[in-house]
Amino acid sequence: MTPVLELSDVALRYRGSTHNVVEGVSLAVEAGHSLALVGESGAGKTTLLRLLLGLARPTAGQVRFDGTGLSGRNREQMRRFRRSVQCVFQDPYSSLDPRRRVGATVAEPLLSLGIDRRATAGPKVAAALERVGLPADAAGRYPHEFSGGQRQRIAIARATVCSPRVLLADEPVSALDVTTRVKVVDLLAELKQEQGLTLVMVSHDLSVVASLCERTAVLERGRVVEHGDTAQVLGRPAHPYTRHLIDSVPRLPA
Amino acid sequence: MTLLDVRGLTVRTGDGRTLVDDVSFTVAGGERLGLIGESGSGKSLTTLAVLGLLPDGMTATGSVELAGTQVIGAPEKRLTTVRGRDAAAVFQEPLTALDPLMRVGRQIAGPLGRRTGLKGKDLRRAVAHALAQVRLPDPERIARAFPHEISGGQRQRVALAMALACEPRLLVADEPTTALDVSVQAEMLELIDTLVREREMAVLFVSHDLAVVAKVTDRALVLKDGRVVEEGAVHTIVGAPREEYTKALVASARRLESALDLRSAR
Repeated sequence: MTPVLELSDVALRYRGSTHNVVEGVSLAVEAGHSLALVGESGAGKTTLLRLLLGLARPTAGQVRFDGTGLSGRNREQMRRFRRSVQCVFQDPYSSLDPRRRVGATVAEPLLSLGIDRRATAGPKVAAALERVGLPADAAGRYPHEFSGGQRQRIAIARATVCSPRVLLADEPVSALDVTTRVKVVDLLAELKQEQGLTLVMVSHDLSVVASLCERTAVLERGRVVEHGDTAQVLGRPAHPYTRHLIDSVPRLPA
Repeated sequence: MTLLDVRGLTVRTGDGRTLVDDVSFTVAGGERLGLIGESGSGKSLTTLAVLGLLPDGMTATGSVELAGTQVIGAPEKRLTTVRGRDAAAVFQEPLTALDPLMRVGRQIAGPLGRRTGLKGKDLRRAVAHALAQVRLPDPERIARAFPHEISGGQRQRVALAMALACEPRLLVADEPTTALDVSVQAEMLELIDTLVREREMAVLFVSHDLAVVAKVTDRALVLKDGRVVEEGAVHTIVGAPREEYTKALVASARRLESALDLRSAR
């Protein structure tokens, strides 16, 4: 089966810089196998996500979508791409437009992708909000009326309203309190189950990764040092850096 | 001996909302107390009130006695003698705690010089020593660096060195490792633990992360919506929580943690 998204031997160097922020990365995102990108700050996790989203172009190697090279100039491909691949960011306070009602924000992908017109988007928006567990009147309210966890649900509703195949999420729960975090993790697990969504998740929180993703890639200074089934990578880490990461997680006393 | 005695502390906003509601606790000399709570629980406001640093427009009532000084209602001049000597703080975000336009060494030299009276070469040596104590490699180089030139973990170590420079009797640490990577967090917790033990310093440690609090403190308070819901030994709180809220908190933390123990079971 062709992977939905694929990075092959990708490198990225920012203009004016002398070294690559990511180098020699080859990863595939296959439908039904959620992938986690873990590592510490500066490891290149977010850069990889930007490459997968087509927001940055690699200086070497290739990003492929459904088997063909991703190109920002190919408008027909980009339209299919945006419909299939959506994203959720870390901070639900800065990722929602404070001056737009939630309904308009959630409807945005439907309108910009030409799937619906404003007049017909209503039912899909309502369904998306209901799926993420928000009250029916949420569409008419503004982001500031919601808590952090609810805002992240709004961001997830916006990302899933056009029924994408892949959801790219950059630290989707790290800004949330622990009780809220568990609920959003549950929501993402539910969407995986029911909508057949495949997650690509960037996280520094190994426990979140372990509960959501079938596969894990560990990044250190722009390179993948270990990659495979999550149970394998976290349960029997082969690379010392992975072991170090796992050992550093603070544990509750038994 | 009681070092910090907080009684009936209540913090209100200008428009009359109560954010911290009748909170009482004590910290004895050398004791480590944790404040656990989620966002909006009033844990940070409580620590700010202890230091007399509440933002404008907020008023505190009740009593906060720090090493014999009543903090509430005390004039600023009085508080400057208390801060640093009796209590010093490390906050969550080291970038906002450090002056971006001042070299790191000078920022530590400030409080250090005031306390010890050292000047010139001696003061420089003391600064290097303070940086070495928080295990910063090459302290001379770090002292010459600006905050933006060093990493987040190094900045937090600098902030800790600054707080420890005056050898306070109480270290207030408000989410000191939340902004750090896990491996850096582990080193930082270890460092706080050792340094505080060596100096027999008391700690008021604030965090939303139960596991982190359990690493550094012996006793803890659980706060929710500005009120204390449970208090006791950390191990009891984590092992046998009594209140519904604490139970939910511990259950959430355990659930996420248990995912890590699945190993190859799936």
